[in-house]
Amino acid sequence: MSQEPANELIQVKNLVKYFPVREGLLQRVRDYVRAVDNVSFVVREGETLGMVGESGCGKTTIGRTMLRLIEPTSGSVIIDGKDVLKLAGSEMKAMRRNMQIIFQDPYASLDPRMPIGESVMEGLNIHRIGTPKERYEIMLDTLKKVGLENYHARRYPHEFSGGQRQRIGIARALALRPKFIVCDEPVSALDVSIQSQVLNILKDLQQEFGLTYLFIAHNLSVVEHISNRVAVMYLGKMVELTNRNDLFANPLHPYTRALMSAIPIPDPTLKRERTILKGDVPSPLKPPSGCRFHPRCPIAADICGQQEPEFREAAPDHWVACWKA
Amino acid sequence: MTTAPSGDNSLLKDTISMRKIGWLERFLGPENYRITVGLLKTPASILGLVLIIFFVLIAIFAPLIIPPVDGADPYTIPRDGFISDPQPVGSAWKKNVPPVPFWYKAVTGKDAWVHVMGTSEGQYDIFYGVVWGTRTAFYTGLMVTIATLLMGVIYGAVSAYYGGWLDNVMMRIVDILLILPGILAALILAAVLTPKIGKSLIPTMTALIAFGWMSYSRIIRGDILSVKERDYIMAARVIGVKDSRILFRHILPNAIFPTLVLASLAIGDVVLSFAALSFLGIGTQVGYADWGQVLSFARNWITSLNTYWYIVVFPGITLILFVMGWNLLGDALRDVLDPRMRGRS
Repeated sequence: MSQEPANELIQVKNLVKYFPVREGLLQRVRDYVRAVDNVSFVVREGETLGMVGESGCGKTTIGRTMLRLIEPTSGSVIIDGKDVLKLAGSEMKAMRRNMQIIFQDPYASLDPRMPIGESVMEGLNIHRIGTPKERYEIMLDTLKKVGLENYHARRYPHEFSGGQRQRIGIARALALRPKFIVCDEPVSALDVSIQSQVLNILKDLQQEFGLTYLFIAHNLSVVEHISNRVAVMYLGKMVELTNRNDLFANPLHPYTRALMSAIPIPDPTLKRERTILKGDVPSPLKPPSGCRFHPRCPIAADICGQQEPEFREAAPDHWVACWKA
Repeated sequence: MTTAPSGDNSLLKDTISMRKIGWLERFLGPENYRITVGLLKTPASILGLVLIIFFVLIAIFAPLIIPPVDGADPYTIPRDGFISDPQPVGSAWKKNVPPVPFWYKAVTGKDAWVHVMGTSEGQYDIFYGVVWGTRTAFYTGLMVTIATLLMGVIYGAVSAYYGGWLDNVMMRIVDILLILPGILAALILAAVLTPKIGKSLIPTMTALIAFGWMSYSRIIRGDILSVKERDYIMAARVIGVKDSRILFRHILPNAIFPTLVLASLAIGDVVLSFAALSFLGIGTQVGYADWGQVLSFARNWITSLNTYWYIVVFPGITLILFVMGWNLLGDALRDVLDPRMRGRS
């Protein structure tokens, strides 16, 4: 599955995003929500990096920060030797051709007052790719790639079903022929039957165009199906990152283990050991000291509450942030 | 290759009726077609549309309905003498008689003009005032509404788009202006402006514009704030669309409709306010063809309206029908443009 040796397409270094919490008449900053706190990882060319974690763990923020939809507090995102977070003006515009996003909610991600063909073609117009006629051809061709017909181009979003809209969203992202696409929970709002259809389209397109995906999801089965490597997030921190098979066969971090044991297996006779986490995810306003997972960790020791574990390579290409792993 | 949903679609034809698309829908596009059809659906909306079209025709054909007296300003109501008492419906027109139009003899069977709706105080012809006042009503109503709409939308869009402290300051200014009682503030401003500019439509219109744009800026601001965080705006930013294009191509088209509906409802109100100010004697010179002006001639005769009913009834009913037409049309427009009403009725 993993293509060795793979080039590193994107390097994310020490990415931090704190959202200020303002209060009172003068809107003083009272505190910060530590949505993403010092996260580093690489995305390899042509791979699908799955990213899982509970709601509010910062996975969407990471995806959006990489595209500069959200300005990070600090850190760097390096693509092709350029730091995306430092680009401005025309350089940034040129960089935007390389990176696109597919959103979670297909009902909110298309402009309701624009025919879908125009939405798909907009990027081509903005970047002045080819002649208007060529752009039109590219648009029709892209729609075809996601299973839509020519006559769909002049229809409006409300005339399509959820699955169709999500495919239109994919076509819009694909029209500029980017290298890298952030898939922000692209199937979690869809029917199960449509989910597999959209996932397969994503896989086919990846093969055809050599795309690289950052695939954000909270459904582990989906991530297992589509990813080459998987990153696990907990409360703004990356706790484990390795290739898919290792992660599912041999999870090192106790949080990952708890997640794995929560995957339902369709066999009523099977008995297995469940790790059930106690309590709730703590507030990112006041994260616990040391390892952020320690108050809920079944194997926590004294050191876990005092010092933060380093994100280290515990086994070849298997990174984990845990004192006990 | 991609896995598009496949299957024998011909089977669907029996279960889903395929809708025929007519030439009008092809020409207007699905969205505009839906709006057009929606405006013709309920009795109320049809009545509104008919009333407005009726008034538009009167305004356009005013010179054919009652031509201006030779050499006189068409927007000045001709006076038949200087007697104070109003003259009844059908009384003979002696001085300052307008030319007889082609339809007059055929309809009335008479060779010369009579006062079709009587005259008011000072022998101003009411029919002339009502017909030519329609033009004034459209002119003031549309100009004031368009000007306030533009001001409000630009102000609100800037406030919402840049946000932060600027938004705060701009919206507090709106709050302060909204505290003032609108018609009274307009009355004072118009009264101050009139000696400076001279008696015309301008002082009143300026005053109505100055105190009329705030509600638009509030509505559009709220809608822009909600639209600008949606995913398709994010998608446009990721594609590299520049800010101004995002604002005008993606945000405004999706945010402006509630404001437009408000504006269509406001045209009637503007005409009403204008008439009210005119009734109080603010704005145009005496004898200008404008409904408020015609009504104001009735001020001294309120106690004897059972004799002189026509000096209030004709201009009053005209004004009511005009305002009602816009309100019905605005209501229908709101129903059609409200996405929650889609598929209903």
